Amino acid sequence: MPDFLLELGLEEIPARMIASAQAELQRRTVALLEREHLLADDYTAASYSTPRRLTVHLTGLISQQSDIREDTTGPAIKIAFKDGFPTAAAEAFARKSGVQVSELRTVSTPKGDYLAATTVKRGRSAAEVLAAELPKEIAAIYWAKNMYWRAGKPERFVRPVLWIACILGDSVVPLIFAGKTAGRASYGHRVLSSGNAFEIVSPQSYLAQLEGEYVLADVEVRRHKIRKALDHVTRTIPNARWREDEALVDTVTHLTEWPDVLLGNFERAYLPLPEEVLVTVMRDHQKYFAVEDAMGKLAPHFLTVTNIALNAENAEVIRQGNERVLRARFNDARFFWDFDQRVPLVKRVKLLENVTFQKDLGSYAAKTERVWEICKVLEGLTQARGFTVDFNALKDATFLAKTDLTTELVKEFTELQGVIGGLYAEAQGLSQKTCDAIKDQYLPMSAAERVPRSYEGSILGIADRIDTIAGMFMLGMEPSGSKDPFALRRAANAIVRILAESGLPLRLPDVINAVTPALAIAEKLKAFFYDRIDFYLRESHLLAYDVVKAVMAAGADDLPDTIARAQAVTSMRGDEQFLAVSATVKRIKNILSQANFDLTAPLIDYTPAGGPEGNLMHKSAEIQVKVNELSKRYAYREALEAISTIRPEVDTFFEKVMVMDPDLNIRKQRLTVLATVVCSFSNIADFSEIVIAG
Amino acid sequence: MAGKNPLTFQELLFTLQRFWAEHGCVLQQPYDVEVGAGTMSPDTFLRVLGPKPISIAYAQPSRRPADGRYGENPNRLYRHTQLQVILKPPPERVQELYLESLIAIGIDLAQHDIKFEEDNWEWPVGGAWGVGWQVMLDGQEITQFTYFQQCGGMDLDPISGEITYGLERIAQFLQDLDSIYEIVWSRDPATGRELTYGQVRLHEEQQFSAYSFDYADVPSLWKHLELYEDECKTLLMKFWALVDSLLTERERETSFAECAPLQERMLRFPTLGAYELALKCSHTFNLLDARGAISVTERVGVMARIRNLVVGVAKIYAEQGRLTTPSALI
Repeated sequence: MPDFLLELGLEEIPARMIASAQAELQRRTVALLEREHLLADDYTAASYSTPRRLTVHLTGLISQQSDIREDTTGPAIKIAFKDGFPTAAAEAFARKSGVQVSELRTVSTPKGDYLAATTVKRGRSAAEVLAAELPKEIAAIYWAKNMYWRAGKPERFVRPVLWIACILGDSVVPLIFAGKTAGRASYGHRVLSSGNAFEIVSPQSYLAQLEGEYVLADVEVRRHKIRKALDHVTRTIPNARWREDEALVDTVTHLTEWPDVLLGNFERAYLPLPEEVLVTVMRDHQKYFAVEDAMGKLAPHFLTVTNIALNAENAEVIRQGNERVLRARFNDARFFWDFDQRVPLVKRVKLLENVTFQKDLGSYAAKTERVWEICKVLEGLTQARGFTVDFNALKDATFLAKTDLTTELVKEFTELQGVIGGLYAEAQGLSQKTCDAIKDQYLPMSAAERVPRSYEGSILGIADRIDTIAGMFMLGMEPSGSKDPFALRRAANAIVRILAESGLPLRLPDVINAVTPALAIAEKLKAFFYDRIDFYLRESHLLAYDVVKAVMAAGADDLPDTIARAQAVTSMRGDEQFLAVSATVKRIKNILSQANFDLTAPLIDYTPAGGPEGNLMHKSAEIQVKVNELSKRYAYREALEAISTIRPEVDTFFEKVMVMDPDLNIRKQRLTVLATVVCSFSNIADFSEIVIAG
Repeated sequence: MAGKNPLTFQELLFTLQRFWAEHGCVLQQPYDVEVGAGTMSPDTFLRVLGPKPISIAYAQPSRRPADGRYGENPNRLYRHTQLQVILKPPPERVQELYLESLIAIGIDLAQHDIKFEEDNWEWPVGGAWGVGWQVMLDGQEITQFTYFQQCGGMDLDPISGEITYGLERIAQFLQDLDSIYEIVWSRDPATGRELTYGQVRLHEEQQFSAYSFDYADVPSLWKHLELYEDECKTLLMKFWALVDSLLTERERETSFAECAPLQERMLRFPTLGAYELALKCSHTFNLLDARGAISVTERVGVMARIRNLVVGVAKIYAEQGRLTTPSALI
């Protein structure tokens, strides 16, 4: 069973796109071969990449497809032949089957005699299939940004293709993609190797041969080498460690073929600049790792990952070059930092009148006024529910929140908006609570980030975003399909997370009602947020879709409560009694719906005397008291256990009582009993939504 | 650092120009209308349109009024110098060719860390964008490398490869200096006397920063902008009127010989003049911006006006090229 190797040689692929493309190339190659029955059961697949290549290596290919015999049935004999001669129908069938009419057979079926044909589809060799089909798979790889480069624009790909190596067993598969015919030539490191092409001997020798050309093609090997080198180099500074940054390790892994790590220094004089600014310059602009001391404080060093082996001679040159660049960048940052301080934030509030937020929604000054109105409502509700909010800190933070948009430092480091405002506020002596709220207002920016650390920051973050979202909805600019130019979904996700995780005693309707009295918009907003809550429960809490649907049917306005219910339902899914109750609820709902029973209308007052009806009603009431008690302290698992104990009464009811009594009055009474049972549990979840396996 | 005798600023320019001339480039002189980048010179912006292959290189002084620092910041300039290379279409292994040019200016690649990091270029005002890299040398961005994809809102075929060297940064790097103003611009071979970048250009930086930030008269700038814009718009309209009249005339002509004068009139239409007016608008806008005279709200509107001009010129340039190729007139 031969091995297979494909290497696509490209001009530097953007680092951010490599990992997914590498995985996709492997997935597509395997899927193609599986589809074509060319993979043995014990095949293995591996893939590699560097900035200049994507590679997939498979073992366990089947060299040749077997021929496929296929029997097909055609028209009935009485239609196929007239007076012993084949009709047009017989000829058409023969043509379709690729045989002569004389080669057709007759088969007998219970419906009569029919014409039949046997066709043999010749199996193709793996080499043939790969040459014909793999280029299409390569062409279909998703790239976040594509280009074309050949005259006539025949294809789009991430960057120009330089070479293709494609080897099956011992032979080249001469597939053609982007005007390149595959061979066995490959290239090593741009600088460290000779620069000349070398021949890949076999798929098995690929990695070792590349290593000989100063290319570590295995991403994990490179990542490991970088981490070890970072550790190693940092050990030369006493008590220091490099600041862990997984995303940055990932980036530099995808920027290098032969990585090494170099330690550089900067003057202590820059350390008084805010750490956030220094780290942003190093990480985002220079892709350097920051170094910290034993106390976690920034130390005047940095680590850069090079794409070349370092030696005594070049290390000094490269270090000096990097240090000079960093010095220039820090100088700029310091210039802006000092320059901006000349106008304190409080004096910048007025400048916001000239900064447009959105042309129909006015300036940032106008936005700030609106946000403050919302903040006041949310603050009032929070205090009324027994939580303490620092009113003055919230007010100061709100009015200063956007003033950093007028500073030079934010123009230079837009990713630090908010943080820079908070830093200036600190330097200008505002209260810590105010500064923290300003700094945290854009948190969380992504699922990986935390929510604001204080109630003040959380309220500000909610108010700012709901103002944006509602404003855009009122202008009819809500997201649709894949279009969300103002990132409103992300803003709503952040509000959902703050409501769920900040500890604020606020519910979704509090937030929506604080921003708009217009019912139509409020309804739209609620639907929009329910989508985001559904997404949040599934993505952040990894809850099953049916559980999410079930608990959301009982309302999701109170996020912590919704999460608790969903977790309880999830924990009960394996319980037999619970599943039986779920099935029962489903059955009851079916009965009610067939009887056109309106579950939203108030129930009639009906108390059965006793018997199965009375017992069920009694038990249901008893459970409801318990459930209400348990729900108050989020003890939903116990509540569900209590609900599950209703099973014997329900079973007896269905055994002994005929619901659809011909007497309409009695029928209505019995339906009411069932409706009472369903309604008494419906505050937790709609159990009929739970999918029961098997 | 990069060798014993690093190139002076002017030697750097000579060397790169010679390198690209030896690789088939036409050497053009810097464009003599204010531009913010070498891309805006018609030798790039207009020549990348249409099917005609071209390889061209030129130094381009690039003015960015808002970047002026009165000569006080060692790393920022009102006017910096780009060396712009356009390769249409780009040859195979164009990156290797570029790396050879670095070797030519004395950079020993084994002694440095060089990376091609994704950086896509976009000039919304010109309806132009491309994909490519910033070339990082020991952590310093020294070159912008772009494969043009669209210009004036039109797909390009063939595409062009654009290599933009930041000459001050490279000289600073070669000479291992913290300040642009210390760069050795020239060295007299007879006396060994050196002139620095500061001696040659500091006064320009001081005076043009002062002009851009303090002296430029805002009402006059607005007036200039309007005048340039009006004239450019008029030219654009005249072009399309000319096309209409020529096409009408051509329908009446029957013999090919009669078409030559028409072709002549089309060839002589001053598209390049219209483009200069659009460039004037762009520079005037930058001055207004440096003066802080453009609010964020106005900004979008003025940029849209200039975009109409620039893209409009690209459109007529492409159309003019199409109509003046013989097959289009027959």
